[in-house]
Amino acid sequence: MSDKRMTADDVVARLRSGMTIGIGGWGSRRKPMALIRAILRSDLRDLTIVSYGGADVGLLCAAGRVKKVVFGFVSLDSIPLDPHFRAARQRGEVEVAEYDEGMLMWGLYAAGIRMPFLPTRAGLGSDVMTVNPGLKTVADPYGDEVFAAMPALKLDAALVHMNRADMHGNSQFLGPDLYFDDLMCMAAEDSYVSCEQIVPTEELTADAHPSTLRISRLLVSGVVEAPRGAHFTSCAPDYGRDEAFQRAYVNAAKDPAAWDEFSTVYLTGTEDDYQRAVARFDTQEAMA
Amino acid sequence: MSGAETGTLVQAPATRAEVCAVAVAESYRGDGELIASAFGTVPAIGVRLARATFEPDLVLSDGEAYGVRGTWAVGGPAEGPIESWMSFNQIFNLVWNGKRHIMMIPSQLDAHGNSNISVIGEHAKPKVQLLGVRGAPGNSVYHPTGYWVPAHSTRVFVPAVDMVSGVGHDNAAKAGPAASRYHDLREVVTNLAVLDYAPDGRLRLKSVHPGVTVDEVVDATGFDLVIDGDVQETRRPDGEELRLIREVIDPRGLRNAEMRDGEVVA
Repeated sequence: MSDKRMTADDVVARLRSGMTIGIGGWGSRRKPMALIRAILRSDLRDLTIVSYGGADVGLLCAAGRVKKVVFGFVSLDSIPLDPHFRAARQRGEVEVAEYDEGMLMWGLYAAGIRMPFLPTRAGLGSDVMTVNPGLKTVADPYGDEVFAAMPALKLDAALVHMNRADMHGNSQFLGPDLYFDDLMCMAAEDSYVSCEQIVPTEELTADAHPSTLRISRLLVSGVVEAPRGAHFTSCAPDYGRDEAFQRAYVNAAKDPAAWDEFSTVYLTGTEDDYQRAVARFDTQEAMA
Repeated sequence: MSGAETGTLVQAPATRAEVCAVAVAESYRGDGELIASAFGTVPAIGVRLARATFEPDLVLSDGEAYGVRGTWAVGGPAEGPIESWMSFNQIFNLVWNGKRHIMMIPSQLDAHGNSNISVIGEHAKPKVQLLGVRGAPGNSVYHPTGYWVPAHSTRVFVPAVDMVSGVGHDNAAKAGPAASRYHDLREVVTNLAVLDYAPDGRLRLKSVHPGVTVDEVVDATGFDLVIDGDVQETRRPDGEELRLIREVIDPRGLRNAEMRDGEVVA
């Protein structure tokens, strides 16, 4: 069986500017942040990002890598709004396709099961129908109702972060929620899973029910071991959200000099540099 | 006067926030077995109060991914037996199945019950980017939807919302039977009043909270509210409700931080 282990930089080397990339997680929960940081180290740009958005969207917008965001919300959960996404929108810098959260799920599912669209009531009567001029309706062939026809959201690549995986790509969530990571992988040409730990296959179910293995190697092109790779978002039960660091991220957005400093300290080096800088931040927080 | 039946804590008169929490609870009366989703502190208190008193079959989430029994305090972790797995995917399915009554916080709300939580200004280049439409379009056409407005003002109650996120009666009707079939707008609870809808689908003043005048509500609303007949006073909390709010559901008094009007009203 193939060994799909690779580094975060290997993943990014397989991506191209202009691609449509789906990012797993939800808000500020279990985001593939190590992979996002690897994108920030690369020269990828003009990306279309499909996400239940959080700091993934914010960081990529702040770095000018985003052409378009396909979203229902962008939120940091304990802090309602991401300041970088907000600023990019208010400067008119990014295109958007804004959908109801359920429509987003439906579009990913349609792509995953190779359908061009799926019908739904969601969106009808709202301005989702007017701000997405390409969004069409479809008549019930058995009755009289007319539904929104949510188009498939096909992804060139999906990036997700899981708790555990084996070297072949069988991936496991151990926290409370899978979010829509399975649908992201189904919708993508290629899916890349970062995880807290790569373990032998038999260890995956030593203490956990097999139903936690929600992403099969069938859908996975590469696996990256990235301990604390979701930081500063949550990755329960391995760790919670780093609220203090998230606040620092938000506060640094308040002026360009502060953001330059934040970027220099945290976003210009390697992933190891990042984790060391976070350890120093944590020490300072503990002493403060 | 009520509220003096039990311990010393509950002998103080009700505050506006407590009246609002009871009004939220009342908006869930009769729901039976539905997920009661509520955003904001006062609504979170209200749904727990409803389940602890007259709507015991409501299903409440811990805010993460589980349905949890019991009655626990706001601002802390859920305490009680887990009764269901309610991951976001499961919730989305149940939303479309209709098994939920949500209370959302609109940034703007118009006379027909259209709400906006997405942007202020032009969508292409907003003056203010808010959350995004989130689940509002789907929620409002699939299951009962109400609103909580902690600061009733003409900034929130506007003649026209900048982006229709939650669907109002006029737009549901225009979009046809697929949009209106399960469209079910419920009460709007504000810091001043409770609003429902007149038969023509426009917001109506149902009751004003103790200490609030009809004129105050009218002045704080940026369109003409339907006012038919005498406007009632919102029901005051009873002693057991005050005990639950003060001793069990919100012992830290978080409800007062969400409300501008913390004053004693009853």
